[in-house]
Amino acid sequence: MADAISPAASPALELREVVKRYGTGTTEVRALTDVSLRVAPGELVAVMGPSGCGKSTLLHLAGGLEDPNAGQVQVGGRDLSTLSAAARATLRRTDVGFVFQRLNLVPSLTATENVMLPLELEGVPVREARERARAALVSVGIVEQLDRFPDDFSGGQQQRIAVARAVVGTRKLILADEPTGALDTMTGDAVIELIAGLPAATGTAVVLVTHEPRYAAWADRVVFMRDGRVVDESSVAPPSFPSRAVTGAAR
Amino acid sequence: MAVREGLLALLKEGPSHGYQLKTAFEAATGGTWPLNVGQVYTTLDRLVRDGFVTSDEADGQKRYTITAAGREELGGWWTAVPGDEPPPRDELLLKVLLAIEEGPGHALDVITRHRTALTRLLQERRRATPAVDHDGLAGALVAEARVTRAEADLRWLDLCEARLLRARTTTTIRPTTNGDHHG
Repeated sequence: MADAISPAASPALELREVVKRYGTGTTEVRALTDVSLRVAPGELVAVMGPSGCGKSTLLHLAGGLEDPNAGQVQVGGRDLSTLSAAARATLRRTDVGFVFQRLNLVPSLTATENVMLPLELEGVPVREARERARAALVSVGIVEQLDRFPDDFSGGQQQRIAVARAVVGTRKLILADEPTGALDTMTGDAVIELIAGLPAATGTAVVLVTHEPRYAAWADRVVFMRDGRVVDESSVAPPSFPSRAVTGAAR
Repeated sequence: MAVREGLLALLKEGPSHGYQLKTAFEAATGGTWPLNVGQVYTTLDRLVRDGFVTSDEADGQKRYTITAAGREELGGWWTAVPGDEPPPRDELLLKVLLAIEEGPGHALDVITRHRTALTRLLQERRRATPAVDHDGLAGALVAEARVTRAEADLRWLDLCEARLLRARTTTTIRPTTNGDHHG
């Protein structure tokens, strides 16, 4: 895990000169123009910008949910455009985790079953999937009522369950689109703390789209977008705070 | 200035020497509002002159005590609230407004630069929080004040940006691209 940060490793995510357009002719909208972004393994990058700036499109491209019109999107060193639809679906399931603002959980499945879902799709035996799902839930602070349905949990707890599902398995990249949008400030703080701790705890990379500066401030790098372009970036030295989360694992 | 009221508040706790007041003031403000001794004595002299404080000398040191009038003055300060204030006049506001005069593009650049700087401040604060623990509650609250003010400025910058972008899409329907300049 220590060498996950090594610069020699492939970036968890790399966008090169990406262009994304919607519509044609006079109705054409350029969602992204020449966007380049590199996210290292174990790095947390926040993306900010006014609505319509292209930040959600960027996440969709990063997760292989949409294709760029030009440029390249690589996840873990693999160019998504070279992958078959099936290979891409597998990559989405195994390497990339998504957390959205809402509608993250399947209402008819229990908390545990929701988290088991990606593992089962991967073909992990049920027993093992259940154990790993429970461990993931415990890691996000959901320690009881694991067999209850999403509606039995508060909004903040549901989002924790969603984070557990996004990280279960060995994800290289977590894509979070306004994960705190539907939560109050205190609950949002807790969910962000959880998400911000992932890179240090698991070595995964996280791209966090948010419009809340207080949440973006958890990131070592904040990227600002406007009109489909990256207009600026604020980087600070990696903080010392994750050490408390990883010291246990590093020994 | 609030230093005057701050000293009255501290003297309400009991009589004190000038240097003790300086130290107590700095502790109460989480180390963010350093005073020089001269400023403390000048303020105390004025408070004595206005009858809010009396002084006596013991062992060659001046000791200050709050008067009834001083207590009343302090009471008025606690109950006073911001009323109909003039419009805000700060440098950021001025800079953005003048930048808009120069052109929306320039204004967006100014907004971007300030937003990046304020965000960096938030990033640094987020990482610095454990370091101010020794300042106790006052230090933590001062740090929070900086964070929430930066957030307020950021929110305002976001609003400026959104408005500028909206104004641009509604007013510049056709950008002049035929190059007919008659400079």
